[in-house]
Amino acid sequence: MAQLNMVQAINQALADEMARDDRVVLLGEDVGRDGGVFRVTDGLQDRFGAERVLDTPLCESAIMGAAIGMAAYGLRPVPEIQFMGFTYSAFEQLFAHAARLRSRSRGRYSCPLVVRTPYGGGIKAPELHEESTEAIFCHIPGLKVVVPSGPYNAKGLLLAALRDPDPVLFLEPTRLYRMVKEEVPEGDYQLELGKARVARKGSAVTVVAWGSMLERVLRAIDGYDAEVIDLLTLNPLDLEALLSSVQKTGRAVIVHEAIKTCGLGAEIAATLAEEAMLHLRAPILRVTAPDVPVPLAKLIDQYLPGPDRIRAALDEVLKY
Amino acid sequence: MPEEVLATFQVKRVSVLNENGSADLDLMPELSADQIWRMYQLMVLSRCFDERAVSLQREGRLGTYPPIRGQEAAQVGSAFALKADDWVFPSFREMGVHLTLGYPIPQLLQYWAGDERAQKTPPQLNIFPFCVAVGSQIPHAVGAALAARYRRDSAAVAVYFGDGATSKGDFHEAMNMAGVYQLPIVFICQNNQWAISVPLKGQTASASLAQKALAYGFEGVQVDGNDVLAVYRATKQALEKATSGGGPTFLECLTYRMADHTTADDAGRYRSDEEVALWNGRDPILRLERFLAASGAWTPEQGRGVKEEATSLIDRGVGEMEAVPPPDPAELFDATLAALTPRQAGQRKGR
Repeated sequence: MAQLNMVQAINQALADEMARDDRVVLLGEDVGRDGGVFRVTDGLQDRFGAERVLDTPLCESAIMGAAIGMAAYGLRPVPEIQFMGFTYSAFEQLFAHAARLRSRSRGRYSCPLVVRTPYGGGIKAPELHEESTEAIFCHIPGLKVVVPSGPYNAKGLLLAALRDPDPVLFLEPTRLYRMVKEEVPEGDYQLELGKARVARKGSAVTVVAWGSMLERVLRAIDGYDAEVIDLLTLNPLDLEALLSSVQKTGRAVIVHEAIKTCGLGAEIAATLAEEAMLHLRAPILRVTAPDVPVPLAKLIDQYLPGPDRIRAALDEVLKY
Repeated sequence: MPEEVLATFQVKRVSVLNENGSADLDLMPELSADQIWRMYQLMVLSRCFDERAVSLQREGRLGTYPPIRGQEAAQVGSAFALKADDWVFPSFREMGVHLTLGYPIPQLLQYWAGDERAQKTPPQLNIFPFCVAVGSQIPHAVGAALAARYRRDSAAVAVYFGDGATSKGDFHEAMNMAGVYQLPIVFICQNNQWAISVPLKGQTASASLAQKALAYGFEGVQVDGNDVLAVYRATKQALEKATSGGGPTFLECLTYRMADHTTADDAGRYRSDEEVALWNGRDPILRLERFLAASGAWTPEQGRGVKEEATSLIDRGVGEMEAVPPPDPAELFDATLAALTPRQAGQRKGR
């Protein structure tokens, strides 16, 4: 089995699906000839032609809006927004149209598109290139939000997203793009959307993480009897996986690189408080970025939760 | 080095019928007497629908409603040129387009009564749901045009919007993309001169909206939007150009919103009675009546007959709309996703 990094795994998923289904069309800024600024779509225009891998003008809202029209017409568009910070220009299209087209048209039209966008911090990029505002998108009914944490699950989740009948926002943690290689099967496999994965088993505390934080959490928990839940899909949340782990451990720490206020950790903590209160032995803690805009490179390490802060939270809940 | 002129442009204005209903025979579109009569019927039907909708709103039987009075020629004339398999992306003020395309009257009323089940377009029509967010439907139309071309379909795409939408980014992004890819699409702007309380000169410093297309590399034409024959002619030509590989066209239908922006608005706060009276004299229905009367094809009695027929169609539509049982609360969930999330499924059961 081939050892691939996440960029290669995503590229392979796109290529396989394009070969299998001629409705799949990629569009975005620099996705064609240049193969994307992270090279995720490298070689796809050569293989499938400029009609299926469209270099668009620089226009995030029209990229998203056009993808909605294409999806309603019966295609399977995959718009790439070059960085998550640029999705804000397309936010109205995503919120007001992609996510509610099925509902507004009472099922006459659906919007099966997959928005791919690089996400998250730690790559020494300019302002708005390291955003982690996934919670905003999880607040949109009708939109699924998926975050892979490694090459294997990136391919399996993307294949599932490409076959999902509804719109999916597929967030690709840039810091992980080339960080690790894993064995990635060549053929077709899908990981079900809405299902979390137990990344490590444990019994004293549940640590919930996703995307690039997972790697930090796994490094930080050395020596702790911690169970790590890798969410993979942020909306809908796998409540069953979260509850069954916390019912076992009685403690929960949620780690995310987004800011604390109204971050996804708040939703998870509230759900655990509603549904697992009697199993809890300690307050639920969140390890997050501070409530400030994502800084440039000089302070990014102070901004992103690091192993020390994760361990401090674990020590705190384990005191109870 | 001397300064050079890189480009000069001209913008065409098209009209067929003057205000007295006299036609320029050189510009007459190819339409049979029956077809012109049908357009007349549809304009009257649109007017009757509109008047009834406004009064139903006043009685509390419809919610907030955006009147189309004055825009019947722009709507009926353009929609009359569309083929059954063309795709249509309306804004929220195109009831005349819907009626021309055969959208069921009870269903149109049902939507404005607050029942979104009515946005499920009949299967024979490729018409998108009303778009309330101004201008945001324009990129969807560009996407459909991209898809039609990818599929090698013969369909063209028409997208409707008002003058206010031309100030939005989505209009410019979509026009630009359509120009870059030379897509089979017709942008149909009903310039009704007012975006709620802001007049055209508060939306743009351009001499026309039509000329905006030139910046995106395709033709923009200003059409007398109260002249149903001119609107039809321009739309037909633009659709033929679109489907024969000639690329997009932008049509600015110069018209006027005779009524308030919506039933929640009072246009008396921002525009003069004189202006409204001026445009009353340019009524698109009167203009067509004058044209037809000149050739003996219209009499006041025939006019009354058309109106009575339209009124009875609307009466029947209102009855059918009000006989529809109210939606079940569970319908809140039913079309949100192909399969509900576990949380939605629980909420649907009241948990």
